[in-house]
Amino acid sequence: MKKPRISSGVLILAVCVLWIMASDRSAASQPSGSATNNTAAATNSTDAGVEVKIDNFAFVPAAVTVKTGTRVIWINHDDIPHTIDSSDGKFRSGALDTDEHFQFRFDEPGEFQFFCRMHPKMTGKIIVKP
Amino acid sequence: MDNQNATGQPVSDLSHDGVDRRGFLKCMAWAGTGLVWTMSGGMAASHVFAKTHSKGTSKTADFSFVQISDSHIGFDKAANPDVTGTLQTAINKINALTDPPDFIIHTGDLSHLSKPSEFDTLDQLLRGTSAKQIYFVPGEHDMLTDNGEQYLQRYGKGTKGNGWFSFDHKGVHFVGLVNVANLKAGGLGSLGHEQLEWLEDDLKARPGSTPIVLFAHIPLWTIYPDWGWGTDDSEQALSYVRRFGSVTVLNGHIHQVMQKIEGNVSFHTAMSTAFPQPAPGTAPSAGPMKVPTEQLQRVLGIADVNYVVSGTNLAIIDSPLDGSK
Repeated sequence: MKKPRISSGVLILAVCVLWIMASDRSAASQPSGSATNNTAAATNSTDAGVEVKIDNFAFVPAAVTVKTGTRVIWINHDDIPHTIDSSDGKFRSGALDTDEHFQFRFDEPGEFQFFCRMHPKMTGKIIVKP
Repeated sequence: MDNQNATGQPVSDLSHDGVDRRGFLKCMAWAGTGLVWTMSGGMAASHVFAKTHSKGTSKTADFSFVQISDSHIGFDKAANPDVTGTLQTAINKINALTDPPDFIIHTGDLSHLSKPSEFDTLDQLLRGTSAKQIYFVPGEHDMLTDNGEQYLQRYGKGTKGNGWFSFDHKGVHFVGLVNVANLKAGGLGSLGHEQLEWLEDDLKARPGSTPIVLFAHIPLWTIYPDWGWGTDDSEQALSYVRRFGSVTVLNGHIHQVMQKIEGNVSFHTAMSTAFPQPAPGTAPSAGPMKVPTEQLQRVLGIADVNYVVSGTNLAIIDSPLDGSK
């Protein structure tokens, strides 16, 4: 019984964190180009977003499946900066230092590969389904 | 490459010098207590620094230069909250050398986040060195904005492409290479077609007796691919230098001393002046390694390279910052 209780606590905390971030645009770490517009649009939406952690030089989880219109938020938990660069150039975060985050809303279905251009062994993908 | 096992530890001793290289490197990677590395007629010998270093080594050198690396100005996390202080200590160490180096080579990651203020701080500190000239190659931390334009404007004047160049010094040919630009998803460091063509052309007309020193940020030999510690097309570059009698390859990026000898080519990585990183495969990731504060200066340092043309000897002395030299 103990374990599920902790999990739901973590979940609630995570949702709170995401809600706080969604309402605090100034905390966004300089997303560039089209991502900026995309982020602005996402701020008014009601979705809580899906988090991809950056931990120990890896994207966790490395593959995420979401519905169209979902916001994905990457948060860097490492002591070293990383970037989120989509392989097709659709989004590019710039350097995210420790605890900084980047978000992007996926409005079209498809499979979107991304990687860290400083540490290209770090790869991941977002699968967007209608 | 050939002398690494799955955990990145060397599995053979190529130097025939009586030193157990496996045990030696395993130890060195952590402690960075320094070593003397000499090469004579293609045969290599390495010794624990404290046992062999003497003033005589440097007095017979035709010239010397110092390699510093990975100063990461701007980094302020627990592994070292004072990277400007430790760089200053490294500079003091260089300035205290009995024989002043002819120049300094910085093998990249000058800054942590490519911020102008970080580069400004680095410039200010380096102005305090006794060396007349400093040569740079970029690390991936130096090209985070505007595709490396800022780096080129500050440190790459007169260079080709993303900042590669060559120069001659007292009969030795030095080549600075860039392997941190335009990296591809899933890959390692990369030199790219254009730079490789330039390198082949740069070396073509030189006689095989010319000593060659290649330097770049990410190792030009495969140390630990899982952590990206290698360069995808380095083999192509090395194929251009194998005909030369003496080739030395200097890298940074991995924040610890590692070396390997392959024929006439000797590979060497330098300590960082900012923070240590774990030995390959010994931690969940290559992130900064926190060591007790009193031990930090033992795992940071500089590399002092003595070149003896007449005796075909080249010695690299890795000196930690704590003065245990």
